[in-house]
Amino acid sequence: MIESYIPILLIIGIAVIFGVVSINLSWLLGPQRPYREKHSTYESGVDPVSTAHYRFSVKYYMVALSFIVFDIEVVFMYPWAVQFRELGWTGFVVMSVFIVVLAVGFIYELKKGALQWD
Amino acid sequence: MDFTDILISLIKIVVMFGVVLLTVAELVYTERRISAFIQNRLGPNRVGWKGLLQPYADVLKLLLKEDIVPTAANRFIHTLAPVISIAVAFSTLAVVPIAGETIRLFGREVQMVIADVNIGVLYILALTSMGVYGLTLSGWSSNNKYSLLGGLRSSAQMISYELAMGLSVIGVIMVTGSLRLTDVVAHQSGWMWNMILQPVGFVTFVVAAFAETNRAPFDLPEAEPELVGGYHTEYSSFKFALFFLAEYANMITASAVIVTLYLGGWQVPYLELLNLPVGVTIALQILAFMLKVAFMLFVFQWVRWSVPRFRYDQLMNLGWKVMLPIALANVIVTGIVMLLL
Repeated sequence: MIESYIPILLIIGIAVIFGVVSINLSWLLGPQRPYREKHSTYESGVDPVSTAHYRFSVKYYMVALSFIVFDIEVVFMYPWAVQFRELGWTGFVVMSVFIVVLAVGFIYELKKGALQWD
Repeated sequence: MDFTDILISLIKIVVMFGVVLLTVAELVYTERRISAFIQNRLGPNRVGWKGLLQPYADVLKLLLKEDIVPTAANRFIHTLAPVISIAVAFSTLAVVPIAGETIRLFGREVQMVIADVNIGVLYILALTSMGVYGLTLSGWSSNNKYSLLGGLRSSAQMISYELAMGLSVIGVIMVTGSLRLTDVVAHQSGWMWNMILQPVGFVTFVVAAFAETNRAPFDLPEAEPELVGGYHTEYSSFKFALFFLAEYANMITASAVIVTLYLGGWQVPYLELLNLPVGVTIALQILAFMLKVAFMLFVFQWVRWSVPRFRYDQLMNLGWKVMLPIALANVIVTGIVMLLL
Protein backbone atom coordinates (compact mmCIF):
# COMPACT_ATOMS: atom_id res chain seq x y z
CA MET A 1 0.00 0.00 0.00
CA ILE A 2 2.54 2.54 1.22
CA GLU A 3 4.87 1.46 -1.60
CA SER A 4 2.73 3.24 -4.20
CA TYR A 5 3.79 6.55 -2.64
CA ILE A 6 7.53 6.04 -3.26
CA PRO A 7 7.31 7.36 -6.88
CA ILE A 8 5.60 10.50 -5.51
CA LEU A 9 8.50 11.09 -3.11
CA LEU A 10 10.90 10.56 -6.03
CA ILE A 11 9.09 13.04 -8.27
CA ILE A 12 8.91 15.73 -5.56
CA GLY A 13 12.61 15.22 -4.85
CA ILE A 14 13.58 15.47 -8.52
CA ALA A 15 11.44 18.59 -9.01
CA VAL A 16 13.05 20.30 -5.99
CA ILE A 17 16.53 19.35 -7.24
CA PHE A 18 15.64 20.74 -10.67
CA GLY A 19 14.59 24.07 -9.13
CA VAL A 20 17.63 24.40 -6.84
CA VAL A 21 20.13 23.41 -9.55
CA SER A 22 18.71 25.78 -12.18
CA ILE A 23 18.68 28.73 -9.73
CA ASN A 24 22.30 28.07 -8.78
CA LEU A 25 23.25 27.62 -12.44
CA SER A 26 21.86 31.02 -13.36
CA TRP A 27 23.63 32.52 -10.31
CA LEU A 28 26.91 31.05 -11.61
CA LEU A 29 26.40 32.01 -15.26
CA GLY A 30 24.89 35.46 -14.79
CA PRO A 31 26.87 38.64 -14.08
CA GLN A 32 26.96 40.13 -10.55
CA ARG A 33 27.21 43.91 -10.73
CA PRO A 34 25.30 45.16 -7.69
CA TYR A 35 24.79 48.78 -6.70
CA ARG A 36 22.43 50.40 -4.21
CA GLU A 37 19.74 51.60 -6.62
CA LYS A 38 19.51 48.27 -8.44
CA HIS A 39 18.97 46.39 -5.18
CA SER A 40 16.40 48.80 -3.76
CA THR A 41 12.73 47.83 -3.72
CA TYR A 42 10.89 48.58 -6.96
CA GLU A 43 8.28 51.30 -6.52
CA SER A 44 7.75 52.77 -9.98
CA GLY A 45 11.14 54.47 -10.00
CA VAL A 46 10.81 56.60 -6.85
CA ASP A 47 12.46 55.91 -3.48
CA PRO A 48 10.32 53.34 -1.61
CA VAL A 49 8.11 54.74 1.16
CA SER A 50 8.33 52.65 4.38
CA THR A 51 8.24 48.84 4.36
CA ALA A 52 5.69 46.59 2.68
CA HIS A 53 5.05 44.59 5.85
CA TYR A 54 2.19 46.74 7.05
CA ARG A 55 -1.40 45.89 7.95
CA PHE A 56 -3.72 44.86 5.14
CA SER A 57 -7.49 44.52 4.75
CA VAL A 58 -9.28 42.29 7.27
CA LYS A 59 -11.38 40.88 4.42
CA TYR A 60 -8.60 38.49 3.44
CA TYR A 61 -8.89 36.96 6.94
CA MET A 62 -12.66 36.61 6.52
CA VAL A 63 -12.15 34.77 3.24
CA ALA A 64 -9.56 32.50 4.86
CA LEU A 65 -11.88 31.75 7.81
CA SER A 66 -14.84 30.93 5.53
CA PHE A 67 -12.52 28.77 3.44
CA ILE A 68 -11.52 26.67 6.45
CA VAL A 69 -15.18 26.08 7.41
CA PHE A 70 -16.26 25.07 3.91
CA ASP A 71 -13.13 23.11 3.08
CA ILE A 72 -13.68 20.94 6.14
CA GLU A 73 -17.26 20.43 4.94
CA VAL A 74 -15.93 19.28 1.56
CA VAL A 75 -13.47 16.92 3.26
CA PHE A 76 -16.39 15.32 5.15
CA MET A 77 -18.19 14.80 1.84
CA TYR A 78 -15.41 12.76 0.13
CA PRO A 79 -15.85 9.49 2.08
CA TRP A 80 -19.63 9.89 1.75
CA ALA A 81 -19.32 10.35 -2.04
CA VAL A 82 -17.14 7.22 -2.41
CA GLN A 83 -19.69 5.11 -0.50
CA PHE A 84 -22.72 6.88 -1.99
CA ARG A 85 -24.38 3.84 -3.65
CA GLU A 86 -24.01 1.63 -0.56
CA LEU A 87 -25.41 4.29 1.80
CA GLY A 88 -28.50 4.96 -0.37
CA TRP A 89 -31.32 7.24 0.78
CA THR A 90 -30.26 7.13 4.47
CA GLY A 91 -26.84 8.55 3.68
CA PHE A 92 -28.36 11.10 1.34
CA VAL A 93 -30.80 12.44 3.96
CA VAL A 94 -28.08 12.60 6.64
CA MET A 95 -25.74 14.50 4.32
CA SER A 96 -28.59 16.82 3.23
CA VAL A 97 -29.20 17.81 6.86
CA PHE A 98 -25.47 18.54 7.22
CA ILE A 99 -25.47 20.66 4.05
CA VAL A 100 -28.61 22.57 5.09
CA VAL A 101 -27.06 23.45 8.47
CA LEU A 102 -23.99 24.80 6.71
CA ALA A 103 -26.09 26.60 4.08
CA VAL A 104 -27.96 28.45 6.84
CA GLY A 105 -24.62 29.55 8.29
CA PHE A 106 -23.43 30.59 4.86
CA ILE A 107 -26.55 32.68 4.20
CA TYR A 108 -26.14 34.34 7.63
CA GLU A 109 -22.51 35.13 6.76
CA LEU A 110 -23.56 36.64 3.40
CA LYS A 111 -26.32 38.75 5.01
CA LYS A 112 -23.82 40.03 7.58
CA GLY A 113 -21.71 41.22 4.64
CA ALA A 114 -18.61 39.22 5.61
CA LEU A 115 -17.78 38.55 1.96
CA GLN A 116 -18.74 42.02 0.71
CA TRP A 117 -15.94 43.63 -1.32
CA ASP A 118 -16.33 47.32 -2.05
CA MET B 1 9.54 -2.43 -3.96
CA ASP B 2 13.03 -3.30 -5.21
CA PHE B 3 15.66 -1.62 -7.36
CA THR B 4 13.97 -2.49 -10.68
CA ASP B 5 10.72 -0.82 -9.61
CA ILE B 6 12.56 2.34 -8.57
CA LEU B 7 14.45 2.32 -11.88
CA ILE B 8 11.16 2.01 -13.82
CA SER B 9 9.68 4.89 -11.77
CA LEU B 10 12.75 7.01 -12.45
CA ILE B 11 12.49 6.34 -16.21
CA LYS B 12 8.82 7.33 -16.18
CA ILE B 13 9.56 10.50 -14.17
CA VAL B 14 12.40 11.56 -16.48
CA VAL B 15 10.24 10.98 -19.58
CA MET B 16 7.41 12.99 -18.00
CA PHE B 17 9.78 15.85 -17.10
CA GLY B 18 11.10 15.94 -20.65
CA VAL B 19 7.63 15.92 -22.20
CA VAL B 20 6.35 18.62 -19.83
CA LEU B 21 9.39 20.88 -20.33
CA LEU B 22 9.16 20.58 -24.14
CA THR B 23 5.40 21.20 -24.01
CA VAL B 24 5.92 24.29 -21.84
CA ALA B 25 8.43 25.65 -24.34
CA GLU B 26 6.12 25.16 -27.30
CA LEU B 27 3.14 26.35 -25.24
CA VAL B 28 4.84 29.71 -24.71
CA TYR B 29 5.42 29.83 -28.46
CA THR B 30 1.83 28.93 -29.38
CA GLU B 31 0.53 31.39 -26.79
CA ARG B 32 2.46 34.22 -28.44
CA ARG B 33 1.52 33.11 -31.95
CA ILE B 34 -2.18 32.59 -31.15
CA SER B 35 -2.41 35.94 -29.34
CA ALA B 36 -0.71 37.55 -32.33
CA PHE B 37 -3.16 36.03 -34.81
CA ILE B 38 -6.14 36.98 -32.62
CA GLN B 39 -4.85 40.57 -32.53
CA ASN B 40 -4.00 40.56 -36.25
CA ARG B 41 -0.20 40.58 -35.71
CA LEU B 42 2.48 38.08 -36.74
CA GLY B 43 4.15 37.21 -33.43
CA PRO B 44 7.65 35.72 -33.09
CA ASN B 45 8.74 34.21 -36.45
CA ARG B 46 12.51 34.82 -36.70
CA VAL B 47 14.33 32.29 -34.48
CA GLY B 48 14.26 28.91 -36.23
CA TRP B 49 11.60 27.72 -38.65
CA LYS B 50 8.55 30.01 -38.19
CA GLY B 51 10.03 31.08 -34.85
CA LEU B 52 9.78 27.63 -33.26
CA LEU B 53 13.11 28.04 -31.43
CA GLN B 54 12.08 31.37 -29.81
CA PRO B 55 11.29 29.88 -26.33
CA TYR B 56 14.72 28.19 -26.15
CA ALA B 57 16.42 31.50 -26.94
CA ASP B 58 14.34 33.12 -24.19
CA VAL B 59 15.32 30.48 -21.61
CA LEU B 60 19.00 30.87 -22.53
CA LYS B 61 18.73 34.64 -22.18
CA LEU B 62 17.08 34.35 -18.74
CA LEU B 63 19.76 31.87 -17.61
CA LEU B 64 22.49 34.40 -18.46
CA LYS B 65 20.88 37.39 -16.70
CA GLU B 66 21.86 38.81 -13.32
CA ASP B 67 19.96 37.33 -10.37
CA ILE B 68 18.79 40.37 -8.36
CA VAL B 69 17.58 39.92 -4.78
CA PRO B 70 16.50 43.26 -3.27
CA THR B 71 18.27 44.27 -0.04
CA ALA B 72 14.94 44.54 1.77
CA ALA B 73 13.80 41.04 0.77
CA ASN B 74 14.02 37.91 2.92
CA ARG B 75 16.67 36.09 0.93
CA PHE B 76 15.88 32.50 1.96
CA ILE B 77 12.11 32.66 1.36
CA HIS B 78 12.66 34.70 -1.79
CA THR B 79 14.64 31.74 -3.20
CA LEU B 80 12.38 29.07 -1.69
CA ALA B 81 9.14 30.37 -3.27
CA PRO B 82 9.90 29.56 -6.95
CA VAL B 83 11.18 26.10 -5.93
CA ILE B 84 7.85 25.38 -4.16
CA SER B 85 5.92 26.57 -7.22
CA ILE B 86 7.84 24.39 -9.66
CA ALA B 87 7.85 21.30 -7.40
CA VAL B 88 4.07 21.49 -6.96
CA ALA B 89 3.46 22.10 -10.67
CA PHE B 90 5.42 19.00 -11.70
CA SER B 91 4.38 16.62 -8.91
CA THR B 92 0.64 16.81 -9.59
CA LEU B 93 1.01 14.94 -12.87
CA ALA B 94 2.29 11.84 -11.04
CA VAL B 95 -1.19 10.37 -10.56
CA VAL B 96 -2.61 11.03 -14.05
CA PRO B 97 -2.88 7.84 -16.16
CA ILE B 98 -2.04 8.30 -19.86
CA ALA B 99 -3.03 4.85 -21.20
CA GLY B 100 -5.07 1.86 -20.04
CA GLU B 101 -2.94 -1.07 -21.21
CA THR B 102 0.31 -2.15 -19.56
CA ILE B 103 3.66 -2.58 -21.30
CA ARG B 104 6.43 -5.06 -20.44
CA LEU B 105 9.69 -3.51 -19.26
CA PHE B 106 12.54 -5.44 -17.54
CA GLY B 107 10.12 -8.37 -17.19
CA ARG B 108 7.49 -6.34 -15.27
CA GLU B 109 3.99 -5.29 -16.25
CA VAL B 110 4.32 -1.50 -16.18
CA GLN B 111 1.27 0.72 -15.81
CA MET B 112 1.18 3.95 -17.81
CA VAL B 113 0.97 6.10 -14.67
CA ILE B 114 3.78 7.12 -12.32
CA ALA B 115 1.97 6.51 -9.03
CA ASP B 116 -1.37 4.67 -9.03
CA VAL B 117 -2.42 5.74 -5.53
CA ASN B 118 -5.92 5.04 -4.23
CA ILE B 119 -6.52 8.69 -3.23
CA GLY B 120 -5.56 10.25 -6.58
CA VAL B 121 -8.27 12.92 -6.52
CA LEU B 122 -7.37 14.00 -2.97
CA TYR B 123 -3.69 14.10 -3.93
CA ILE B 124 -4.43 16.49 -6.81
CA LEU B 125 -6.54 18.78 -4.60
CA ALA B 126 -3.92 18.73 -1.84
CA LEU B 127 -1.11 19.70 -4.19
CA THR B 128 -3.09 22.48 -5.88
CA SER B 129 -3.57 23.95 -2.37
CA MET B 130 0.19 23.73 -1.84
CA GLY B 131 0.62 25.93 -4.91
CA VAL B 132 -0.78 28.86 -2.91
CA TYR B 133 2.35 28.82 -0.71
CA GLY B 134 4.67 29.55 -3.62
CA LEU B 135 2.75 32.65 -4.67
CA THR B 136 2.01 33.95 -1.14
CA LEU B 137 5.57 33.49 0.10
CA SER B 138 7.03 35.15 -3.00
CA GLY B 139 4.68 38.10 -2.48
CA TRP B 140 5.51 38.45 1.21
CA SER B 141 9.27 37.86 1.04
CA SER B 142 9.90 40.45 -1.70
CA ASN B 143 9.00 43.23 0.77
CA ASN B 144 7.40 45.16 -2.09
CA LYS B 145 3.89 46.58 -1.95
CA TYR B 146 2.94 45.35 -5.40
CA SER B 147 4.22 41.86 -4.63
CA LEU B 148 2.42 41.73 -1.28
CA LEU B 149 -0.91 42.73 -2.81
CA GLY B 150 -0.42 40.25 -5.67
CA GLY B 151 0.39 37.46 -3.23
CA LEU B 152 -2.61 38.27 -1.01
CA ARG B 153 -4.95 38.45 -3.96
CA SER B 154 -3.75 35.16 -5.39
CA SER B 155 -4.07 33.33 -2.07
CA ALA B 156 -7.62 34.66 -1.49
CA GLN B 157 -8.57 33.84 -5.09
CA MET B 158 -7.11 30.34 -5.04
CA ILE B 159 -8.69 29.29 -1.75
CA SER B 160 -12.07 30.67 -2.87
CA TYR B 161 -12.11 28.72 -6.11
CA GLU B 162 -10.63 25.62 -4.53
CA LEU B 163 -13.97 25.14 -2.75
CA ALA B 164 -15.91 25.16 -6.02
CA MET B 165 -13.29 22.82 -7.50
CA GLY B 166 -13.48 20.35 -4.62
CA LEU B 167 -17.29 20.37 -4.66
CA SER B 168 -17.43 19.82 -8.45
CA VAL B 169 -15.20 16.76 -8.13
CA ILE B 170 -17.59 15.21 -5.57
CA GLY B 171 -20.11 14.67 -8.39
CA VAL B 172 -17.51 12.66 -10.32
CA ILE B 173 -16.62 10.62 -7.24
CA MET B 174 -20.29 9.81 -6.59
CA VAL B 175 -20.68 8.54 -10.16
CA THR B 176 -17.44 6.55 -10.07
CA GLY B 177 -17.39 5.38 -6.45
CA SER B 178 -13.60 5.63 -6.24
CA LEU B 179 -10.88 8.24 -5.68
CA ARG B 180 -8.37 6.31 -7.83
CA LEU B 181 -7.85 8.08 -11.15
CA THR B 182 -7.39 4.84 -13.14
CA ASP B 183 -10.87 3.79 -11.93
CA VAL B 184 -12.29 7.19 -12.86
CA VAL B 185 -11.00 6.82 -16.43
CA ALA B 186 -11.98 3.15 -16.71
CA HIS B 187 -15.51 4.12 -15.71
CA GLN B 188 -15.80 6.50 -18.69
CA SER B 189 -15.62 3.87 -21.44
CA GLY B 190 -17.31 4.52 -24.77
CA TRP B 191 -19.14 7.83 -24.77
CA MET B 192 -20.03 7.73 -21.04
CA TRP B 193 -17.67 10.61 -20.36
CA ASN B 194 -18.24 12.49 -17.12
CA MET B 195 -18.69 15.65 -19.18
CA ILE B 196 -22.01 14.17 -20.33
CA LEU B 197 -22.98 12.70 -16.94
CA GLN B 198 -21.91 15.85 -15.05
CA PRO B 199 -22.41 18.87 -17.34
CA VAL B 200 -22.79 21.43 -14.52
CA GLY B 201 -19.87 20.00 -12.58
CA PHE B 202 -17.78 20.13 -15.75
CA VAL B 203 -18.45 23.85 -16.26
CA THR B 204 -17.78 24.79 -12.61
CA PHE B 205 -14.62 22.66 -12.57
CA VAL B 206 -13.23 24.26 -15.74
CA VAL B 207 -13.97 27.79 -14.45
CA ALA B 208 -12.36 26.93 -11.10
CA ALA B 209 -9.34 25.48 -12.93
CA PHE B 210 -8.90 28.76 -14.79
CA ALA B 211 -8.94 30.62 -11.47
CA GLU B 212 -6.58 28.11 -9.82
CA THR B 213 -3.98 28.51 -12.57
CA ASN B 214 -4.28 32.33 -12.38
CA ARG B 215 -5.10 32.52 -16.06
CA ALA B 216 -7.18 35.23 -17.70
CA PRO B 217 -9.98 36.20 -17.09
CA PHE B 218 -8.86 35.49 -13.50
CA ASP B 219 -5.25 36.76 -13.71
CA LEU B 220 -5.79 39.36 -10.97
CA PRO B 221 -2.58 38.48 -9.07
CA GLU B 222 -0.53 39.87 -11.94
CA ALA B 223 -2.88 42.55 -13.27
CA GLU B 224 -0.27 44.72 -15.02
CA PRO B 225 -2.07 48.10 -14.91
CA GLU B 226 -2.50 47.98 -11.11
CA LEU B 227 0.23 45.73 -9.75
CA VAL B 228 3.14 45.86 -12.24
CA GLY B 229 4.15 42.17 -12.21
CA GLY B 230 2.15 41.13 -9.13
CA TYR B 231 3.90 38.54 -6.94
CA HIS B 232 6.93 38.23 -9.25
CA THR B 233 7.70 41.97 -9.54
CA GLU B 234 11.02 41.53 -7.69
CA TYR B 235 12.09 38.37 -9.47
CA SER B 236 14.67 38.28 -12.23
CA SER B 237 16.85 35.78 -14.08
CA PHE B 238 15.98 32.09 -13.71
CA LYS B 239 13.80 32.56 -10.63
CA PHE B 240 11.44 34.51 -12.84
CA ALA B 241 11.74 31.76 -15.46
CA LEU B 242 10.80 29.18 -12.82
CA PHE B 243 7.58 31.07 -12.01
CA PHE B 244 6.85 31.28 -15.72
CA LEU B 245 7.57 27.58 -16.12
CA ALA B 246 5.37 26.75 -13.12
CA GLU B 247 2.49 28.78 -14.53
CA TYR B 248 2.57 26.95 -17.85
CA ALA B 249 3.22 23.57 -16.21
CA ASN B 250 0.16 24.25 -14.03
CA MET B 251 -1.83 24.85 -17.20
CA ILE B 252 -0.73 21.47 -18.55
CA THR B 253 -1.58 19.81 -15.23
CA ALA B 254 -5.00 21.47 -15.10
CA SER B 255 -5.74 20.37 -18.68
CA ALA B 256 -4.60 16.81 -17.94
CA VAL B 257 -6.79 16.69 -14.81
CA ILE B 258 -9.82 18.07 -16.68
CA VAL B 259 -9.30 15.49 -19.44
CA THR B 260 -8.90 12.67 -16.90
CA LEU B 261 -11.89 13.59 -14.76
CA TYR B 262 -14.35 14.77 -17.41
CA LEU B 263 -13.23 14.06 -20.99
CA GLY B 264 -12.61 10.33 -20.69
CA GLY B 265 -8.83 10.44 -20.18
CA TRP B 266 -7.18 8.01 -22.60
CA GLN B 267 -10.53 6.47 -23.67
CA VAL B 268 -11.11 6.22 -27.41
CA PRO B 269 -14.75 5.24 -28.11
CA TYR B 270 -15.24 1.88 -29.88
CA LEU B 271 -11.48 1.20 -29.97
CA GLU B 272 -11.95 -2.21 -28.32
CA LEU B 273 -14.21 -3.36 -31.20
CA LEU B 274 -11.32 -3.16 -33.69
CA ASN B 275 -9.24 -5.89 -31.95
CA LEU B 276 -5.96 -4.09 -32.57
CA PRO B 277 -2.64 -5.41 -31.19
CA VAL B 278 -1.72 -4.11 -27.73
CA GLY B 279 1.10 -1.92 -29.06
CA VAL B 280 -1.20 -0.05 -31.45
CA THR B 281 -3.92 0.28 -28.80
CA ILE B 282 -1.54 1.81 -26.28
CA ALA B 283 -0.15 4.23 -28.89
CA LEU B 284 -3.68 5.30 -29.90
CA GLN B 285 -4.66 5.78 -26.25
CA ILE B 286 -1.62 7.97 -25.53
CA LEU B 287 -2.30 9.92 -28.73
CA ALA B 288 -5.96 10.43 -27.77
CA PHE B 289 -4.94 11.64 -24.29
CA MET B 290 -2.42 14.08 -25.73
CA LEU B 291 -4.83 15.43 -28.35
CA LYS B 292 -7.46 16.04 -25.67
CA VAL B 293 -4.91 17.82 -23.47
CA ALA B 294 -3.73 19.88 -26.46
CA PHE B 295 -7.32 20.89 -27.16
CA MET B 296 -7.83 21.98 -23.52
CA LEU B 297 -4.57 23.98 -23.68
CA PHE B 298 -5.84 25.71 -26.80
CA VAL B 299 -9.08 26.55 -24.95
CA PHE B 300 -7.01 28.09 -22.13
CA GLN B 301 -5.21 30.38 -24.60
CA TRP B 302 -8.31 31.11 -26.64
CA VAL B 303 -10.16 32.31 -23.51
CA ARG B 304 -7.19 34.38 -22.35
CA TRP B 305 -7.11 36.43 -25.52
CA SER B 306 -10.90 36.76 -25.95
CA VAL B 307 -12.25 37.58 -22.48
CA PRO B 308 -11.45 40.76 -20.50
CA ARG B 309 -10.16 40.56 -16.92
CA PHE B 310 -12.58 40.55 -13.96
CA ARG B 311 -12.62 43.25 -11.30
CA TYR B 312 -11.60 41.93 -7.87
CA ASP B 313 -15.03 42.21 -6.21
CA GLN B 314 -16.65 40.55 -9.24
CA LEU B 315 -14.14 37.71 -8.95
CA MET B 316 -14.86 37.08 -5.26
CA ASN B 317 -18.62 37.40 -5.80
CA LEU B 318 -18.49 34.86 -8.63
CA GLY B 319 -16.50 32.45 -6.48
CA TRP B 320 -18.56 32.64 -3.30
CA LYS B 321 -22.06 33.63 -4.40
CA VAL B 322 -22.38 31.84 -7.76
CA MET B 323 -19.88 28.97 -8.09
CA LEU B 324 -20.17 27.63 -4.52
CA PRO B 325 -24.03 27.39 -4.47
CA ILE B 326 -24.09 25.91 -8.00
CA ALA B 327 -21.49 23.30 -7.08
CA LEU B 328 -23.39 22.41 -3.87
CA ALA B 329 -26.69 22.15 -5.78
CA ASN B 330 -24.93 19.92 -8.32
CA VAL B 331 -23.98 17.48 -5.54
CA ILE B 332 -27.58 17.33 -4.27
CA VAL B 333 -29.10 16.95 -7.76
CA THR B 334 -26.55 14.27 -8.68
CA GLY B 335 -27.47 12.39 -5.51
CA ILE B 336 -31.22 12.54 -6.18
CA VAL B 337 -30.84 11.50 -9.84
CA MET B 338 -28.53 8.60 -8.96
CA LEU B 339 -30.90 7.31 -6.26
CA LEU B 340 -34.00 7.59 -8.47
CA LEU B 341 -32.44 5.82 -11.49
